[in-house]
Amino acid sequence: MVRIIRAGFWGACLTMEPNLLKSKALPRFDIFFTCGLAFLVALWAVFAVSRAEDIGMAVHGWMFLGAAILTALGFVFTAHGTALQSDQSSYSDGVIRFGVIASTFWGIVGMLVGVVIASQLAFPDLLSFKDYGFLNFGRLRPLHTSAVIFAFGGNVLIATSFYVVQRTCRARLFGGMLPWFVFWGYQLFIVLAATGYLMGVTSGQEYAEPTWHVDLWLTVVWVAYLLVFLGTLWKRKEPHIYVANWFYLAFIVTIAMLHVVNNLAVPTSPYASSSYPLFGGVQNALTQWWYGHNAVGFFLTAGFLAIMYYFIPKQVNRPVYSYQLSIVHFWALIFIYIWAGPHHLHYTALPQWAQTLGMTFSIILWMPSWGGMINGLMTLSGAWDKLRTDPVLRMFVASLAFYGMSTFEGPVMSVRAVNSLSHYTDWTIGHVHSGALGWVGLVSFGALYALTPWLWKRERLYSLKLVEMHFWLSTIGILFYISSMWVSGIQQGLMWRSYNEFGFLTYSFVETVKAMHLPYIVRAIGGLLYLLGTCIMAYNLWRTIQGAVAKKEPLSITNPNLVPAE
Amino acid sequence: MLFKNHGIIERNSMILLVGILLVVSIGGIVQIAPLFRVEQTIEKVEGVRPYTPLELAGRGIYIREGCYSCHSQMIRPLRDEIERYGHYSLAAESMYDHPFQWGSKRTGPDLARVGARYSDAWHVQHLINPRSVVPESIMPPYAFLEGREIGIKDVVDKHIVAQVRVGVPYTQADIDNAKTDLMAQADPNADSEGLQARYGGKVNVRDFDGDPSKVTEMDALVAYLQVLGTMVDFKTYEPTKAENLR
Repeated sequence: MVRIIRAGFWGACLTMEPNLLKSKALPRFDIFFTCGLAFLVALWAVFAVSRAEDIGMAVHGWMFLGAAILTALGFVFTAHGTALQSDQSSYSDGVIRFGVIASTFWGIVGMLVGVVIASQLAFPDLLSFKDYGFLNFGRLRPLHTSAVIFAFGGNVLIATSFYVVQRTCRARLFGGMLPWFVFWGYQLFIVLAATGYLMGVTSGQEYAEPTWHVDLWLTVVWVAYLLVFLGTLWKRKEPHIYVANWFYLAFIVTIAMLHVVNNLAVPTSPYASSSYPLFGGVQNALTQWWYGHNAVGFFLTAGFLAIMYYFIPKQVNRPVYSYQLSIVHFWALIFIYIWAGPHHLHYTALPQWAQTLGMTFSIILWMPSWGGMINGLMTLSGAWDKLRTDPVLRMFVASLAFYGMSTFEGPVMSVRAVNSLSHYTDWTIGHVHSGALGWVGLVSFGALYALTPWLWKRERLYSLKLVEMHFWLSTIGILFYISSMWVSGIQQGLMWRSYNEFGFLTYSFVETVKAMHLPYIVRAIGGLLYLLGTCIMAYNLWRTIQGAVAKKEPLSITNPNLVPAE
Repeated sequence: MLFKNHGIIERNSMILLVGILLVVSIGGIVQIAPLFRVEQTIEKVEGVRPYTPLELAGRGIYIREGCYSCHSQMIRPLRDEIERYGHYSLAAESMYDHPFQWGSKRTGPDLARVGARYSDAWHVQHLINPRSVVPESIMPPYAFLEGREIGIKDVVDKHIVAQVRVGVPYTQADIDNAKTDLMAQADPNADSEGLQARYGGKVNVRDFDGDPSKVTEMDALVAYLQVLGTMVDFKTYEPTKAENLR
């Protein structure tokens, strides 16, 4: 019996693919889907605009309406001729070019907001208006986190996944104009979320602040994204699915699951932006950190490991170090990460068994995390000399070093005893940024530097010296950032628990705030250096797109004096 | 075994997809599902009640302004925290909080028990200009709350209906009287008997912001801050009793 069921299951799985492959039989579902969706959105938006119960919903209603009208206009102007047909003989790279530009743009926006809020903590009167709240720290902080994680990181992931899945499957992106829907739909999501935060439209759950209508929109876009990605896998001409695509698939599927469950909510009205989450109190807390920690695990780790698995072997022109290691660490990583959430809730009202489980799995997680780092670094075996000549490769290697560092620091901080000191302090902020600036940031910059010449068919980047300058600015910026946060976090944690010889608490709370002033200034400088580096990258990419080459750097980059150590 | 047969997974996207879904579901199910056996997760304590309409509106402002970015509402059972902030937080105290506001960072102090610690006037002055009462503070000013009418005052009943839908035990009478209860709590001259009958005699009824002419966002936020951590009477709570250990 079991055998029959098992045979039936595998059989169903195996036959599903070829059937789903017959996309030609579908009469351009992508156009029907986009038109139908635009129509439904427009219909709802008309009501939302006319009946809006708050300013947030009114503004968002207009935005949805505008997006629907733009879509309709787009169809009117492209319906004739061949603009809507896709040429199956070539890769679809137009949408990826937009993705590269959008990533760079949102990166600068997100980091700029980061520098602003870091400066607000050092100089609290900066940008504080007596009569308005929209530039206060509390509203800008979600804008910063969402802009760098979801707008910058998300665009990098979508763009690179579209590039990698086509090359490793030797197939054009699935779904006709669906990839374009994913790209523009995602930008709409970003604009809705960002404007919402400024207006005070928030769900009040960290890293999941967009409200119910924005969440619904993201769900639609995300399902389309999954469909594009899976459909391209179905069309592949390679028998095997390349390891980078396992990571991309795990990222897309798991984020869908986390997003839907964590954002279950009841709106107060179909025309109000406010809603109340389905779970409350302790259940809400664990669901939220199950989501929050795995936004790190699957958005910022699995997705960017996929980038690592394609771009590092490409950049050094070597195969991935170990196939078996990639299998073991892939399954171990995605299985274990999901359990780690409760380490955000040590010593809280969450039952202790859950905290202990979270801590245990967080420590185990160290191993699969380093599996990825080792697999990436060892891919350079026999090609380490390239680090001398290729600053883009240096970016990738530094990103892996920061990945290794922060995935070691994480398990340490998840230990209850350490967490009792580090929790609620800047140490956590520093830890997050060593991962975000060091790992996610640098690996993204590497991918953008690699992609731009490939996509615009340029022989090389405009200037490698500028890449080098970017590398050093960002690395020094990160060091300023994380060391100042170590100092302020550990110092504040120790001050909070310090007792004097009479057995009284030594410091009032505000004395510990005062002690943070200098580290906060150093942190803001670190962030500023990092932002400066990103701006230099934007200039470099822009000049590359124009086809320019820096005057003092000849086209050939090989230095005759350096001989590869092979 | 794993390496020999992994090729099957690599050649079939649907098996890969189902495999990933299975593997990433386990942890969440094992950790989250048992929490819904409420009697094992949340202590039985007296006094925790749903928020009054004015407090709920204040809570909405607290969330809107992102106060949780810098203030936690979760006192850990550590000696220094208990001495600084009061009794450690119980799961029961936030069981009607949708969303929870435990927070993750203390750029400012914990607020789980800030209620009844400072006067209304102190809160108002502190919110208008934090540095006028705490010179070293780095909190942004919230002067705009003063004089601004509560945005949801005409639809607060809809908010309470939504709260009921997510499981907060408001009664039909709470819903029917939501709008008058909201106004009555900030007006010492209004008839607040109904409000106190529904939410208990301990409910704070007074003009929180010192401006009797209207009910403002300042009223709502201060009413919310003043109730934080005050619902449970810890004189009757025995933390070491077997049923209170988790």
